[in-house]
Amino acid sequence: MSAEVGTVEARPTKQATPEKIHTWPHLVAKEFLCALLFIVFIFFYSYYVDAPLRELANPGEPENPAKAPWYFLGLQEELVYFDPWYAGVVLPSLIILGLMFIPYIDINPRGSGYYTFRERKFAVTIFSFGFLLWYVLILIGVYCRGPFWAWFWPWEQWTLAFPTPPPLWSFPAPLGVLVLLAYFGAGMVLPAYRWRDFYNRLGRVRYSITMMLLLLMVGTILKIGLRLGFNIKYVLMTPWFNI
Amino acid sequence: MIPDLKKITDRITQNEIWRSIFRHGYEDTARNRVLQIISNIWLHIHPSTVKKDSVRLSYTFCLGGLTFFIFLFETLTGILLMFYYTPDVNRAYADMLDLSNNAVPFGKLLRNTHRWAGHAMVITVCFHMLRVFLTGSYKVPRQFNWVVGVVLLVLTLLLSFTGYLLPWDQLGYWAITVGTNMAGATPILGYQGPFADLFGFTIDNDIRFGLLGGTSIQAPALLRAYVWHCIALPSLAGALMMLHFWRIRKDGFSGRL
Repeated sequence: MSAEVGTVEARPTKQATPEKIHTWPHLVAKEFLCALLFIVFIFFYSYYVDAPLRELANPGEPENPAKAPWYFLGLQEELVYFDPWYAGVVLPSLIILGLMFIPYIDINPRGSGYYTFRERKFAVTIFSFGFLLWYVLILIGVYCRGPFWAWFWPWEQWTLAFPTPPPLWSFPAPLGVLVLLAYFGAGMVLPAYRWRDFYNRLGRVRYSITMMLLLLMVGTILKIGLRLGFNIKYVLMTPWFNI
Repeated sequence: MIPDLKKITDRITQNEIWRSIFRHGYEDTARNRVLQIISNIWLHIHPSTVKKDSVRLSYTFCLGGLTFFIFLFETLTGILLMFYYTPDVNRAYADMLDLSNNAVPFGKLLRNTHRWAGHAMVITVCFHMLRVFLTGSYKVPRQFNWVVGVVLLVLTLLLSFTGYLLPWDQLGYWAITVGTNMAGATPILGYQGPFADLFGFTIDNDIRFGLLGGTSIQAPALLRAYVWHCIALPSLAGALMMLHFWRIRKDGFSGRL
């Protein structure tokens, strides 16, 4: 009996002895090399490509289009589909909050410390999708938007003679309330029944936060679809705000 | 006569002054490798040994380290630019021209590297976040460090954004106009946002007013952007980076055990 235990303990497991190497030189050399390569790259790039500098700022002469810095163009692109309070303030706040919540709602213990898709399909799929969406919107904002934020392909000449966009319409208020209630209600409740296991594992609080963030992200995309496919301006109109 | 290299080296290194500065030799021994890290203030941010799997380039892609390095690079080039730039609406653009026309020696290169490295930092910090997500490195016990990282991501964007106005050209002016108009649409706190009127927020007392120091982008806005860009945000980011790195040491590198 004791001999058996002895053999088990003696077996060196990967868990017990991770292979360690000296930081100097192994890690420091890599860091140094990365820094060096970056310096070379940035100096080459800066030698050949000049930082943009337009005419002196003139408050009386707006740029058309006036584009935010590229990393905010995803949000500016959302302005086509939402009012500024959502596209410019609430949506980015939700993104930041949502990102902060991630470690606390993802309680899957697997996939810590290595790349894996199979062990955390849900998390990786949702995050990668959001990441991709952010950059797709940026690319659209940078390359496909011209005067008055009209759509121009990168190879097209910007003109002011683009076709008048079709008229937009909005849901009447009762329908809007109904649609939103149905969307968020069903979105919160149905998955809990369909994927009981998922719900039980997360618990009520984590499940609610996760689904709320997911529904908001999907809802944002659905609204884009409604606008592009059906010329819908607002799903919900109230005297105070519109969605 | 051939000089005896060993003798000269000994003469230089075997004396009180040298040894008061350098505590250990450079000979490649295990002891020196450890001392190289723990007796050096800049390097002792690292542990003296690391898990082999954690430092594979295909695991981290060096993205976090690179982001930090770019921050240092931006600090250095930023300080140099501050010698030549005045945050005054009557002078800022002229100073930019002086830099771009190389009236300031290497001015163009200085400005270009600062600008492009700033963009590069936004990219590396985003991809660092993607890497940390995909390797699940935010999981227990590192949850809070991910939160700190998210704040650092936001600070990086704000650093870049505040720098955008400084050239005082049409590009920056109207980009910042777009950006700060969004702040004016903040629910309750922005004058154009929902419920602002209920709480008495108007164009001259709302959050946008606070950012710009006025109702439109004028001299106070330029000065504010400058102070945020050069002092407030870098200090904040620097403080949080210390926390970020310290937590990595305390929680341990992620990576397969």
